[in-house]
Amino acid sequence: MRHSVVLEYQKCRGCTTCIKNCPTEAIRVRNGKATILPNRCIDCGTCLQVCPHHAVTSVPDSFNALQNYQYTVAVPDPALYGQFHNLDDPSLVLASLLELGFDSVYESASGAELLTGYLGGRPEDPDRPVPEISSACPAVVRLIQIRFPSLLSHICPLLLPGELSAILAREKAAADTGLSPQEIGVFSIVPCSSLVTSASSPDGRIAPVLDGAFAIRDVYKALLPAMTRLAGRPLPQLSLAGRAGVGWAFSGGESYAHRAQRYVAVDGIENVIQMLEGIEDGRLPEADFIELRACTEGCVGGCFNVENPFIARMRLKRLMGDLPEARSVYQPGSRVDELIDSAQKPEYYPTFLLDPDRRVAMEKMRRIQALEDQLPGLRCGSCGAPSCRAFAEDVVMGRASEDDCIFKVRERMQHMAGKNDADEYLPAPFRRRRGLPKDPPPKPDSD
Amino acid sequence: MEALHLVYEVPGGDLTHAGEASSQVKQALRKLGYDSDTIRRVSVCMYEGEINMVIHANGGTARVEVGLDDIVITLIDHGPGIPDIDQAMQAGFTTAGDQVRDLGFGAGMGLPNMKKYSDEMTVASTVGVGTTVTMVVRIP
Repeated sequence: MRHSVVLEYQKCRGCTTCIKNCPTEAIRVRNGKATILPNRCIDCGTCLQVCPHHAVTSVPDSFNALQNYQYTVAVPDPALYGQFHNLDDPSLVLASLLELGFDSVYESASGAELLTGYLGGRPEDPDRPVPEISSACPAVVRLIQIRFPSLLSHICPLLLPGELSAILAREKAAADTGLSPQEIGVFSIVPCSSLVTSASSPDGRIAPVLDGAFAIRDVYKALLPAMTRLAGRPLPQLSLAGRAGVGWAFSGGESYAHRAQRYVAVDGIENVIQMLEGIEDGRLPEADFIELRACTEGCVGGCFNVENPFIARMRLKRLMGDLPEARSVYQPGSRVDELIDSAQKPEYYPTFLLDPDRRVAMEKMRRIQALEDQLPGLRCGSCGAPSCRAFAEDVVMGRASEDDCIFKVRERMQHMAGKNDADEYLPAPFRRRRGLPKDPPPKPDSD
Repeated sequence: MEALHLVYEVPGGDLTHAGEASSQVKQALRKLGYDSDTIRRVSVCMYEGEINMVIHANGGTARVEVGLDDIVITLIDHGPGIPDIDQAMQAGFTTAGDQVRDLGFGAGMGLPNMKKYSDEMTVASTVGVGTTVTMVVRIP
């Protein structure tokens, strides 16, 4: 997998903010710089948003990639519409994309409407696991793949709205122009890092269906002059989506499109983890659909958006008021069925496995427990790991040395220097406050 | 091979923290490579047990012995005890007050669910002394 989230070595100061915020404990600080453990990263973009030195970035594709194709199609995410003040008609954005040089547009919201129709049109199946979990957020799907294997069977068919649109767009362009599919470049315009990663390394498909992904923030800058030129002019109706598809950009919109009755819509990666834990424990018997989005407020909260997620959501809701319910109509038995049915099932990636041999794994776990018991449990981050448990695991797995813990080093100093002097080797916040009034009286056996 | 011991203190009185021990056990089992069905069964047993200890017994201790053939969960509390265990095992039987039921708990499915998801379950209880629930989940 080619992750889109990367660290800029020059900018990273090894401050440990990212390691503590990463929901999958995928980052360590080594030799003063943060590094990502690639098989644990889910590309959620949390580190991007918390890094005080802007050292974590996500690398979308460059517009230069467009030059490799005879004909290009833009597949914009509906979150794009939430970036503009007073937007009354998606066609203004779409026409401006054509001005920028794209030969045609095919919204991912259209794919969302077709997926909605497909999912709603399926016959009742008593074997289908309940609740069903949305597959629309790639970061969430990857999270389930590494951390919640028992819920893999609950995930809806693995085809993203943007992917469905991309496949249909390429087929349409090939039919319209007579070009071969390879001569057509299909590019998504996305709100987040996980959609960039999935454009090149898709889940559930053998081969990528997109030729690249651009960030909303990059397209936004290019779009503004074109939109200013076109504003007020009569525009052709270019949009293939209505309220149902556009709403997928914010949390709750997909559930609304599905007309789910007993649904839960959860946004923010920590909330998502809690909800998945709850489903695993059997805590949610009454819901039949679970919409999960890694970002605050859903896709409008992705790290590539220009606008604040709450404002973008408000704008989208206002825009949706003027739109028809849907513009893309699902036809049972059509190409859409074929594409969705051919999506593969998500696999389990056992990235947390200590060893394939259960006995060896148990022995390692024993050693991890024993080491963790000797550690202070402060989560100070000085060793470069997010917690004492993660550090103990790193040591046992050969990813770190016990000496990386300053408290372990202090013990050694103490041993070398005689009694109690080792505190002086610690930074002030970690020193024991001997002699201060708040200190409890020393225990008789402590000296 | 000796089983691996995991011990968790379940704090009483606070339903929002119930589920933490279950979550920790799940993480450990995943690292040891147990299959997802086993993990799920253990997590349901643990969670229901935690909730019971929080609601009825002001907390307790959860001991999990992870072995190669089975996982044994022992929940020990020093709560009021269960006067009639057969009655408590019936689906829908509850002693929960309105306040707890308002929170969505107390449907009378705790012990029945624990029995359903484990392969073996024993409940030992003395009124006024406490309750010990032992559940065995066998590895397929």
